[in-house]
Amino acid sequence: MTEIDKNLLKEISEEEAKNASAYNIRKNGKCLDRKVSDYINIVPKEDGKGIDVYVKENTLFGIVHIPVIITESGLTDIVYNDFHIGKNANVIIFAGCGVHNDGNKEARHDGIHRFYLAENAKVKYAEKHYGEGNNGKKVLNPVTEIIMQKSSRMDMTSLQLKGVDDTNRITKATLYEGATLIVNEKILTNNTQKAKTTFEVELKGDNSSTKVTSRSVATENSYQEFISKVVGKTKCYGHVSCDAIIKDEGMIKAVPEIFAKDTDANLIHEAAIGKIAGEQLLKLMTLGLSEAEAEKVIIDGFLR
Amino acid sequence: MLELKNINFSRDGKKILDNVNLKLDLKKFYVVTGPNGSGKSTLAKIIMGILKPDSGVIIFNGENITDKSINERAKMGIGYAFQTPALFKGITVYDLLVLAANKKLTKVETCDYLSKVGLCANEYLNREISNNLSGGELKRIEIASVLAKKNILRIFDEPEAGIDLWSFHNLAQVFKTLTKEEGITLIISHQERILNMADEIILINKGKIKKIGQKDEVMSDIFKGNLLKGVKICDRNR
Repeated sequence: MTEIDKNLLKEISEEEAKNASAYNIRKNGKCLDRKVSDYINIVPKEDGKGIDVYVKENTLFGIVHIPVIITESGLTDIVYNDFHIGKNANVIIFAGCGVHNDGNKEARHDGIHRFYLAENAKVKYAEKHYGEGNNGKKVLNPVTEIIMQKSSRMDMTSLQLKGVDDTNRITKATLYEGATLIVNEKILTNNTQKAKTTFEVELKGDNSSTKVTSRSVATENSYQEFISKVVGKTKCYGHVSCDAIIKDEGMIKAVPEIFAKDTDANLIHEAAIGKIAGEQLLKLMTLGLSEAEAEKVIIDGFLR
Repeated sequence: MLELKNINFSRDGKKILDNVNLKLDLKKFYVVTGPNGSGKSTLAKIIMGILKPDSGVIIFNGENITDKSINERAKMGIGYAFQTPALFKGITVYDLLVLAANKKLTKVETCDYLSKVGLCANEYLNREISNNLSGGELKRIEIASVLAKKNILRIFDEPEAGIDLWSFHNLAQVFKTLTKEEGITLIISHQERILNMADEIILINKGKIKKIGQKDEVMSDIFKGNLLKGVKICDRNR
């Protein structure tokens, strides 16, 4: 593993992958290292384009890391990772992709992650996307599809703060009876970066619920789009909020869509886009911060 | 210690501060009072640097600070509690106190600042400064942030505004302790409890300082009608 590899892994994961119960490290389209445990098995797909992660029923406190790194300019890596989470299992999954592109061609990773949560399974899923290098474009298109059975719960956090030139992120979920999906997404774009995020959540089961929160900052000449579609087909609760700060020539478009197909569906959408409030800057300046320092504190806090 | 010389400030053709001259001394507790629209908050903002006067000079600690920015003045030891505290998504009470103190704080230290304003550190340190807090709580945190910063001059713009009377009763105790502090305290207030604490009351009307003196003296003049001539008072029977 090179120093660049190590740095990319550090950028996309606070925890060392090798300390996890099970891990699979993928570099430039190939498996670099893998570990499984008695409770968590990782099986490569026959075509080599992905893995199946099997978490046994009743597994408690399992930790899985599946980082992807790309250092080859001109490479397009498409991977299908499927997660089969057994009944009553409780696991933490870290995913993410780091791209280092010093060449002139585009480096791209499309990670399609499909989650199948059995009854009462609990998953904390954290993904982080990061890009570095000078010339070539860094493109990441993560897709997350989630099927949640009765009383299962998933907490998903998605973070992209640096270096990704273009991203089209799609998250789709179907929730059955009593299932809960919590999503927190944070994105910062600068230069001429583009980021598009789509959430489609279908609340199919009685008392299913979702809370999707997006906080984003678009600076310089960057552009972001946030699309959310929540459909309530029964007695359910859905809350989507998009909070965004724009700076310089940054642009953000939020497209909310909530669709109640049952009189007991309770769906809420909130969206707010604006520049940093003057009173926030003033307050921090009265504490001795310059305007630029105050801006940084406000944005760092907002995206924390 | 702080001196304002011939300060003038107009907006939209209206004179808001009219040749204000004022001298504030160390170890004194001043209360600025006067009718709404008399120029009190403008005066406080001009001292902090939030507004720039059209003319006049401000001397602080022997230095001309008229052209200094807000953060330069803050670094020199001027602190300011806003009438309406700003909300910050993602910034906690602890973060704000650390920014104010400009150093890492121990739990004991933060507890000290928060208990001074009647809040329990355990309950509040990790809370976001957002709409989840009540108006009274936000106001207390705002005051705590001024206490956490090393200041020579502390300015509080209407600390009672937006707080119910019951909460303000407790908050008044905070200001009572400030009367024993070093430095200068300048509070804009109409509250009798605060007025009673003042070493000197500064009465402003129509952008002019009408009187500086002790409470009894200033209040009796107000009630005699000597100081607020020309102020329209609403007649409920009319």
